[in-house]
Amino acid sequence: MKRNLALFTALLPLTMAAIFSATAPVMGQGGTDSQSFEQIERGRYLATAGDCVACHTAPGGKPYAGGLALETPFGKLLGANITPDRETGIGNWTDDQFVQAMQQGIAPRGHLYPAMPYPAFTKVSRSDILAIRAYLNTLEPVNNPIETNLLPFPFNIRSSMLAWNALNFTPGEFKPDSDKSAEWNRGAYLVEGLGHCGTCHSPKTILGSARSGDALEGSVLQNWFAPNITNTMHKGLGGWSQADIVQYLKTGANQFTIASGPMAEAITNSTSKLSDPDLHAIATYLKNMPSDGNAAPVPVVGSDKRMIAGQAIYRDTCNACHRDSGAGIPRLFPTLAGSAVVQSDDPTTLIRVVLQGSQGVATAAAPTAPAMPSFAWRLSDEEVASLLTYVRNNWGNAAAPVTAADVKALRQSLTNTD
Amino acid sequence: MARKLPRRDVVIVGLGWTGSILANELTDEGLDVVAIERGPWRNTATDFNAGYMQDELRYAIRKDLFLRPAQNTLTFRNNIDQEALPVRDFGSFLPGNGVGGAGVHWNGQTWRFLPSDFRCRSHLVERYGAKIIPDELAIQDWGVTYEEMEPYYDKFEYLAGTSGKAGNINGKLQEGGNPFEGSRARDYPLPPLEMPYGPMLFAQGAREAGYHPFPQPASNASRNYTNPLGIEMGACSYCGFCERFGCANYSKASPQTTILPVLMRKPNFECRTNSEVVRINLDRLGTRATGVTYVDAQGQEWEQPGDLVLICAFILFNVHLMLVSGIGKPYDPKTATGAVGRNYAYQTFAKVEMFFDNKNFNPFISTGAMGQCIDDFNGDNFDHSSLGFVGGAGIMCAGTNARPILMRPTPPGTPRWGSTWKKATADNYLSSLYLNAQGSSYATRGNYLDLDPTYKDRLGRPLLRMTFDFPDNDIRMINYMADKAAGIGKHMNARQIVPHYQKKPYDVVPYQSTHNTGGAIMGSDPATSAVNKYLQSWDVPNVFVVGASAFPQNAGYNPNDTVCALAFKAADAIRTRYLKNEGPLVPA
Repeated sequence: MKRNLALFTALLPLTMAAIFSATAPVMGQGGTDSQSFEQIERGRYLATAGDCVACHTAPGGKPYAGGLALETPFGKLLGANITPDRETGIGNWTDDQFVQAMQQGIAPRGHLYPAMPYPAFTKVSRSDILAIRAYLNTLEPVNNPIETNLLPFPFNIRSSMLAWNALNFTPGEFKPDSDKSAEWNRGAYLVEGLGHCGTCHSPKTILGSARSGDALEGSVLQNWFAPNITNTMHKGLGGWSQADIVQYLKTGANQFTIASGPMAEAITNSTSKLSDPDLHAIATYLKNMPSDGNAAPVPVVGSDKRMIAGQAIYRDTCNACHRDSGAGIPRLFPTLAGSAVVQSDDPTTLIRVVLQGSQGVATAAAPTAPAMPSFAWRLSDEEVASLLTYVRNNWGNAAAPVTAADVKALRQSLTNTD
Repeated sequence: MARKLPRRDVVIVGLGWTGSILANELTDEGLDVVAIERGPWRNTATDFNAGYMQDELRYAIRKDLFLRPAQNTLTFRNNIDQEALPVRDFGSFLPGNGVGGAGVHWNGQTWRFLPSDFRCRSHLVERYGAKIIPDELAIQDWGVTYEEMEPYYDKFEYLAGTSGKAGNINGKLQEGGNPFEGSRARDYPLPPLEMPYGPMLFAQGAREAGYHPFPQPASNASRNYTNPLGIEMGACSYCGFCERFGCANYSKASPQTTILPVLMRKPNFECRTNSEVVRINLDRLGTRATGVTYVDAQGQEWEQPGDLVLICAFILFNVHLMLVSGIGKPYDPKTATGAVGRNYAYQTFAKVEMFFDNKNFNPFISTGAMGQCIDDFNGDNFDHSSLGFVGGAGIMCAGTNARPILMRPTPPGTPRWGSTWKKATADNYLSSLYLNAQGSSYATRGNYLDLDPTYKDRLGRPLLRMTFDFPDNDIRMINYMADKAAGIGKHMNARQIVPHYQKKPYDVVPYQSTHNTGGAIMGSDPATSAVNKYLQSWDVPNVFVVGASAFPQNAGYNPNDTVCALAFKAADAIRTRYLKNEGPLVPA
């Protein structure tokens, strides 16, 4: 069993907080007293915003003691032990070393891999990074030796990252845009920095780095498609209001959908615990991301035999929950009509959910945690393809048809990995 | 040898409706609660899977969700002169099993009892004089009034998203509701379900006959609903697979759809499944419970100490646990003394089939609790002085389903198999209706529960023994109701009306109802009741026994609204009174 996290993940950071702070737990310029209550609490909040615990905790293991396996296209990496244990954790590190790891991807033992998202964390301010460090220092040291690098040759040679960095990595703290509001800047700082949203949501080059110019326009990882979260109408967040985004990040559910898969974890560990001002800042920033500019495709016509077959399967299998109108039921069964995940160019998530089912997230504010059962045992590749072609092109939706080959490939991949 | 576990504040036996309600209330109070459940964990998407839940053979015929007799059963006889034999295939009633209990497979029919039902003996004596009550009946008052119950009924109905139309709000009659019901503080949380043609035709016929039809209250959500715990329910799709099935659509109220998502997140709650409580442990004096002993799926015996023990199993097993644990004095029918096992009662049914020409009722469009009812002949809503019986019944047109295996209505005289039968089922499937009379079941001295002297369960305990037959009073009552229902059928212009009367002896084989009641009844006198008005044992005050086991006799309604209201009432008493001063809440 593995957890589906980001391709790259990891931890820390901080901000020029006071300058444009809309955030609740901000305490001025970020003191450097590592014993101060305010500093530690701020660090705890920031570590939550960075969702450090997700990658640095093994299933069932002690928090931050490392050991979660991250499946990357290049091989397997384990999250490091970042408790203050002097032997196996980071207790021996100086503050400068810690900042360098976060901002430059260089740890005392050598180069980090960008599974630890230093390409995002480089934007986090030194003062926020030191607050996180202060918090991590309060953890119980756990002696847990972790060999983080399980990559095959030649990727296992850490110095290979020198070349990668030269090609793909632009270091530098976040620089606020004085033309934008303080809220927008705070949102940008969180989304691009600590929140490392692009780690999952931005398309990648073949080398695994973010493709320039299309940030947050969606990407596949570990058999999930992390959707476009720019303000694109058709397959992004264009149809969601700022309040919809805030509610989704805070509770896991809104009038359109319920989080599942890797995003459910991010909500549980991180966004559900962020302050309302920070969530509003994130929503402000995302709603101001430019649309990808692509026009919606021409829908598959209703007389297409895949649409006819798909409609019959939909009525028989999906209709009781998702309804004839595709409207679903708010906070219980996701809306299919107008949905970004449904209309994304890449149907991976859609196919996966039909084959495997999905478990909605539960939060204190939205505890229902509805789930969709698996239909892999009952629908053939051809049937899933017709069904999803119909769902992607009915009720005003428009997206490329799904092929039986797509379904077959994902079915195979899910069988091999889960 | 039992291994001893760390002490908990509260140990709950069974995680069905009542266990879930009490666990949620008491964890809110900050108590550390463990529930020990005989059956498996059950969850909507995995266990009530939309892809295969509508499998009548698996769930309705082969009874997939129910208790298997190999795990636990009981023996049965009609009277004390017979030798009881074990029930080897549940038939007349179907005890639930697993998390959610019978709350998984119920229909959702959500009735309040009448104010007069709670004061059954006093009310009849006041209205007619003591002679109205036939000698055979052991009718008792509940020790609680409808007015005391009202806030707890309200709590359950809002938890469950019950759909209905109030007939009486704060003493003011409401057009379209049940004019006979007790006064309620507010309307149902959701409006009534949509009504198909059959129940509409019944309502029209009942009005013509001078009666007062109203929509059946249903815990099948008529609209999307967010309950007070923040849990979402989806509007019902009228699939017609409620009773004997889990709901795949989050539409039928169950612990799974209304409580467990919140309860299971609480750090001070734990549920242990596939673990059967063997007995409640008592201290040396037998006046205080020290916890329970249970057996897990590996056969390992565990002792779970606890300060408060809540027996929340199905009624038969509530009584069984009391008897095998030595809580309270067992009832003896010869002397009519002792309280535990006393006043076992059931539900009394009659049915009227109606065959029509040129009608299409689309009977498969259905929910477990959709329909129209009249209460003109329920409880003491009508004058009994010259009828020769007491009690009453609700009469309703409320087809819960038209599933293809069990729903094959054919007129009398049709062969039971072969091509003529096939043609008859095809001819009548869409164009027939039936009316139910669901009647009260009044306790007698001879209907009771005790331990069987011969047969033992897999854990070596004596099986529970049920001794039951229909009282003559109840037979007279329900057959009067069958005629009343048939009279409404005439107003509906049925081609053929076929009343099915009830007769003795009661047969434990064909399915009738899982509305078993009594055996650990509530009341105000420890000599004639096992628990007080808060469901607290008179004999062992840190034990509460929650469920239909507390009914002194059964009314002409489905029991679950009252069962769950009693659970909220017990929880309230524990929270506001017992925890401040542990001990008897009512002086014995």
